[in-house]
Amino acid sequence: MTSEIILEARELTKNFGGITALSRVSFSVNRGEVLGIIGPNGSGKTTLINCLTGFVRMSSGEVFFKGKNISNKPAHRIADMGLTRTFQIMRPYFSLPAYKNLVIPLFAPRARRTGGWRGGGKLGDRKTVSIDILEEIGFERDSFVPYKIASTLPTGYLKRLELARCLALKPEIILCDEVFSGLSMSEIASMVPLMERLQMEGITLVMIEHRLRELFQVANRIMVMNFGVKLFEGTPQEVMANEQVKKAYFGSEEVEEVMHYA
Amino acid sequence: MSSTHRRKERIDRGIKVRTDGLYALMSWRELSYLTVPRLVLILGILALPIVMPGMYWQKVITIVCIYAMLAIGFDFLAHYVGLVSLGGAFFIGTGGYIAAILNSSYGLPPLLTIPIATILGAAICTLLLLPCLPLRGVYFAIVTLMYPLVLARIIEALDVLGGTDGIMGVDSFASSWVEQYLAVTMVLIFLFGLRRLVNTDIGLVFRAVKDNDQAVRASGMNISYYKAVAVFIASAMGCLAGACLVHIYMWAGISLFALDFSIIPIAATVIGGGGTIVGPVLGCLILVPISELLREFGTLRIVFYSLILVGFIVFRSEGIMVFGERKYHQFQRWVRV
Repeated sequence: MTSEIILEARELTKNFGGITALSRVSFSVNRGEVLGIIGPNGSGKTTLINCLTGFVRMSSGEVFFKGKNISNKPAHRIADMGLTRTFQIMRPYFSLPAYKNLVIPLFAPRARRTGGWRGGGKLGDRKTVSIDILEEIGFERDSFVPYKIASTLPTGYLKRLELARCLALKPEIILCDEVFSGLSMSEIASMVPLMERLQMEGITLVMIEHRLRELFQVANRIMVMNFGVKLFEGTPQEVMANEQVKKAYFGSEEVEEVMHYA
Repeated sequence: MSSTHRRKERIDRGIKVRTDGLYALMSWRELSYLTVPRLVLILGILALPIVMPGMYWQKVITIVCIYAMLAIGFDFLAHYVGLVSLGGAFFIGTGGYIAAILNSSYGLPPLLTIPIATILGAAICTLLLLPCLPLRGVYFAIVTLMYPLVLARIIEALDVLGGTDGIMGVDSFASSWVEQYLAVTMVLIFLFGLRRLVNTDIGLVFRAVKDNDQAVRASGMNISYYKAVAVFIASAMGCLAGACLVHIYMWAGISLFALDFSIIPIAATVIGGGGTIVGPVLGCLILVPISELLREFGTLRIVFYSLILVGFIVFRSEGIMVFGERKYHQFQRWVRV
């Protein structure tokens, strides 16, 4: 694995009024690796992604993507550079069929510039290309799932659709916000190889997860957050052995001790 | 007892399914299933100026077309882009005043003033609405409603552009036939053009902005740009209508900013069926002549008018076109549950 840093955050801070959602978080992601971010509810994981992708303005700090400062740039500009994200609460275009959902990212400037998916985007028929992408990501073509209206699709397919929307842009890095949550065990089992395949294709992944077992299978490195602070960073084995992490997850006897980390 | 245990089942007609995605039409019947409703609409609208008795009703048809252009624009913005616009009067006023100034001050013929007013007016409207494009729902509606009110008061207070008297002596069209057929063909062009546009790829982007603008941003697209394009299209239609209106009345005044131009398109969309684009045209074809017929009741006109509107909203809230399409494409039957 090359050790080129593709995404770097320095002293990232976000205040919502008086509440500090993120406090001086610094981390970096190497090209081609899978970074897992874990932490209890409300620890600032989603806010972190929102800040990185420009959906929320950060209060202070800097973000570098491929060496360029992208702090507080508009969200569409950041996505256009190849830094894409999925949403925890799925945001499909409910009134459109699944395959037409993908026509929209394929119409985006980045997809047209990069030649789209397998050279289809610029001149090719976007609808055909989108069905190809959907098939690749687990929409069975024969069962006509790609033609169903998005509002009638079950959660598992919507999560895949979120991923497919990122893939249509030919991204360099995908920030996945809880792609496993709300899925059944069998659905998760079929998602894990998909994530591994994305990594094989050279896409860097940052995954926020609560499903630790599956995350530890995929991730190279884990970052633990609590109360908006980076608590610990290391390999899955180190994380499991760490005392601080256990306390953050299972609670501590003394309240002061938890507050100490905040 | 048994009545509570049955429900209505709606099934697509076989001919609809056959003609839907496949473009290999096998028989005259299938061919006519698709073309007859469209032909009836096109020929019907084209025939309207001929069959109308007298000048007065021909004028009404032209006014119907003016409102129809606004209503198509409203329907497009509200149901395909997610911007509820009350700016009908704003578009009419901008287009109308530009055409009037070009004609009376610079002596350009209607053949030139109308296209210039359309493009220039749409550009001005889009530019003025640009700061409020991030707004959604009722907030956008309030801002678009504010513009015509403000502009009318500015013209009145500063006594510019003819003040309360307006700009008089604007050229009329060569003949009333030119005037009617210009309006009628423009409505048809916009109608079928927009129906085509919303199904192209950029049309899908518009619909995506309505469904979920954050996801569009996450795909690396500037939603303000696409909203601006949509507003430009809708305001171009409004400005064209305004320019035609000025040449029909041979006068431009602050009544071009009247709220009728903002409200009637919405009522027509509700009656005709939102999201169909044809619906608003039908709505205008019903509403505007009714309003003319009720003129002899004097001020009671508004009461009858409101009753008709309420009746439609309560009993057929989906709109004529949605209802009609369902009857045409599906059959119903009762099934036991």
